[in-house]
Amino acid sequence: MTITSSSPRKQEPSKTRIWIPAFAGMTMMFCAPLWADSNLPAAYWANRQLPNARQEAQAQDLMEELRCLVCQGQSIADSDAELAGDMRDLVRRRIAAGEKPAAIRAWLVQRYGSWISYKPTAEPAAWPLWLAPLGLLLVGALLMRRRIRR
Amino acid sequence: MSRGLRFAPIALLALLLLAMIWRLSKPVDTSVRSNLEGKPVPAFDLGPALDTKLALSSRDLATGNPHLVNVFASWCVPCVTEVKVLQQLKATGVAVEGIAVRDRPEDLAEFLARNGDPYERIGGDPQSSVQISLGSSGVPESFIVDGKGVIRYQHIGPIESSDAAMILRQLDRAR
Repeated sequence: MTITSSSPRKQEPSKTRIWIPAFAGMTMMFCAPLWADSNLPAAYWANRQLPNARQEAQAQDLMEELRCLVCQGQSIADSDAELAGDMRDLVRRRIAAGEKPAAIRAWLVQRYGSWISYKPTAEPAAWPLWLAPLGLLLVGALLMRRRIRR
Repeated sequence: MSRGLRFAPIALLALLLLAMIWRLSKPVDTSVRSNLEGKPVPAFDLGPALDTKLALSSRDLATGNPHLVNVFASWCVPCVTEVKVLQQLKATGVAVEGIAVRDRPEDLAEFLARNGDPYERIGGDPQSSVQISLGSSGVPESFIVDGKGVIRYQHIGPIESSDAAMILRQLDRAR
């Protein structure tokens, strides 16, 4: 089918024509994370285990309790983000240098706040977290008592 | 079961829906602020990110005048538009310093040639270590450091032209 310049279809693009830029737009949307990566390879200790098994285990335990700043909700042990890789490198380097995991965690908390650590602390904001199980047990015990008495 | 209690599930559902609508209309701010505002810049000493530029260390910041330290990268898309605003700030006399995160000299040179170069010094931070020690969680971010080397303000995300006046005010407060 040929469309002449006077054809009214020219003013009104067909439905398939709308879908092409829409699809391209969606594809570009999913490509965006690619732009946010640098051209440098991962840091040396980002994806490499420490030769000392005990130190590697210490590093692994700590990395699983540190929160990724990019993929919030993942630990730096789980995340593929470059910043998480650089943080794993930092953790392994410091542990290999003999620093205690608690000191490394404290150093990061000093910078990012308790947000960075998954390990719950005893600060007032965390009290409900510690008290909730006790409260639930209490409610459960009351319910049980009512049932048994009946 | 009493009559009133029968409607409890529907009421709960309505509450849940309301809570969801409220959260969707007011999304959570997921940015992580640095805890170092009001504290001295952690000591660092970065090599030059480019042969043609001066390197950056924490000593270069405690010079008596406030500095705007921009954490950026050539691979960061919002940084492209931010550079233009930084150049306007530089034109008004602001000392702009750069920390180039995970960057290669050749990429950085091309970025500066194409978008402009407002930086007095650019330190290269190939493993984000200074970025992490500043409590920065991404690029671009900017820190206003006063003449004594104390971090006075952190700006997360690109400095838009609409932010320029606020940044100048923060720099004045740091003077």
